[in-house]
Amino acid sequence: MSRLDTTFQHLRSQGRKALIPYVTAGFPDVDITPALMHVLVEAGADVIELGVPFSDPSADGPTIQAASEHALRHGIGLSQVFEQVRQFRQSDSDTPVVLMGYANPIERYDLLRQPGAFAADAAAVGVDGVLVVDYPPEVSSGLAAQLCHHGIDLIFLLAPTSTERRIRQVAERAGGYVYCVSVNGITGTNMLDLAQVRDTLARVRQQVRIPVGVGFGIRDADTASPDIASGRPEAPRSQAR
Amino acid sequence: MIQKPVYDQPNLEGFFGRFGGCFISETLAQAVEELHVAYRRYRDDPTFIAEFEEELADYVGRPSPVYYARRLSEEAGGARIFLKREDLNHTGAHKINNVIGQAMLARRMGKRRIIAETGAGQHGVATATICARYGLECVIYMGSEDIARQRPNVQRMALLGATVVPVTSGSRTLKDAMNDAIRDWVTNVDHTFYLIGSVAGMHPYPTMVRDFQTVIGKECLEQMPALLKRLGLERQHPDVVIACVGGGSNAIGIFHPYIKHKEVRLVGVEAAGLGLDTGQHAASIQRGSPGVLHGNRSLILQDDDGQVRETHSISAGLDYPGVGPEHAWLHEIGRAEYVGATDDEALHAFHQLSRVEGIIPALEACHAVAHAVKLAATLPREQVILVNLSGRGDKDMETVMSQSDTGVQP
Repeated sequence: MSRLDTTFQHLRSQGRKALIPYVTAGFPDVDITPALMHVLVEAGADVIELGVPFSDPSADGPTIQAASEHALRHGIGLSQVFEQVRQFRQSDSDTPVVLMGYANPIERYDLLRQPGAFAADAAAVGVDGVLVVDYPPEVSSGLAAQLCHHGIDLIFLLAPTSTERRIRQVAERAGGYVYCVSVNGITGTNMLDLAQVRDTLARVRQQVRIPVGVGFGIRDADTASPDIASGRPEAPRSQAR
Repeated sequence: MIQKPVYDQPNLEGFFGRFGGCFISETLAQAVEELHVAYRRYRDDPTFIAEFEEELADYVGRPSPVYYARRLSEEAGGARIFLKREDLNHTGAHKINNVIGQAMLARRMGKRRIIAETGAGQHGVATATICARYGLECVIYMGSEDIARQRPNVQRMALLGATVVPVTSGSRTLKDAMNDAIRDWVTNVDHTFYLIGSVAGMHPYPTMVRDFQTVIGKECLEQMPALLKRLGLERQHPDVVIACVGGGSNAIGIFHPYIKHKEVRLVGVEAAGLGLDTGQHAASIQRGSPGVLHGNRSLILQDDDGQVRETHSISAGLDYPGVGPEHAWLHEIGRAEYVGATDDEALHAFHQLSRVEGIIPALEACHAVAHAVKLAATLPREQVILVNLSGRGDKDMETVMSQSDTGVQP
């Protein structure tokens, strides 16, 4: 059983939700990330989303843009991110780690090595899930197969604007958990609309049978409100900065 | 007329061979689908096409002439050079063709707010112009670097009632303006139409922008036979068609109708900046590698980590680290060839065309002119080169004056 499945099963048995904070790899310092990840776990993180910096993060707001630019100035690429996960795994073999980023660094990684190199190397250091912001289900089958081969879950986004057809497409392919975007917008938004979140979650749950997390604009205890709870475990996700 | 495909590209998913496609965040999926549906509905709609043609004729002033540049040809010494005068369009460049098409689509989709990115400012001015004409709200994203070097266009946009938003992230140029426009679109997806200015972005933009720009090449198909005949040449087509390539919309506009005429050489000229081997250029096809940027897979300038590199060109309109996927594909199958012209060569062409033909060209188009002059010298006089003069150079006066000894007394 994967670390993600184990984690969600454990949470379910305790009747708890998952807390999934996000940090950009290599921010604010190149070497601080593994230590930061341990601190997040001690503070209650159940899963960690580790942002892979990209030069053109067009789904992200100013905060993650700035963090990415900062990390890039210090030369953080996928190889360094893998090294950070490897270091984290030396003293934490339980907490799932999900890489979150954009398609191009992954495609480049494979092009300069060999097809499937990204999935193999991610698995080797102990990555559990991968979320590629600009890989919708239609273009994800190649990466999905490679990740699946190495036991890594491909995690998909769903949004308030997702149609039932698109929710079904994701439901058929998604592993780990589904990341439900809280608003039409970019990360760091201030416009969280709980009624809309509830509506989206209800539509998503009709088709998705794995845990559902909510993200974008979840910044504190209030926005990670239990209001959006239901009978099944979910993963309110916050962005730790 | 809106272009009917002369060959079966792209496929249904928007791929030209391995290039193109739709690499977008789920938050945009519905908006892009809505655009697909609308474009599919209207691209063959006779009323839509009739209105598009009427706008191009009455508002833009089409057809634009093709002009035989006799003195430029004599200076080059060799093949004869013709110029497709897109610089004579209303707003001074080819950009307006596509803007009208997309704005008409936006109105039919009930979108009252238009956003766009701009590099040189030509697309921004064209968009602001049409928004003024149609009474639409207009927001233009422009890199702060570009705002500094294209001030006259910024002033024009403001005059036309548009809001110009300076973009200060990344390299502060066109690619970053595009990122911010995408962020705006995601946030205001219900009532906002993203009017992309080049054959970039996610499917269906590269195809749709191409379709609206092919009016350039279709006019040339009609205009060239008579012009060639006047020179005593019994031919239908030029031997070579040359256009500058940043994202590549003016180039695909003039190339596309010629693709099926295999005897016509198609040459795209990229910005070689300080030189193709200096790292200071914007030559995505010649020095780039496959990658995903702004919603499509194409050739992009990037480092080994897949981070998109900053580019350099004297012309803001070519300062883009990617290229339309159809160009990447035309390059791959060998149907079009791609070369570079440096900043200095473009500047020289700027002065040359001004002096010998009385035409002040946009720095972007100067790259095409520079290569045409170079190539003409190597070809016999019977050969004919058609250059897409994609825009006029008023906007570049400040850049040119600061870069060269113009002979103007201070």
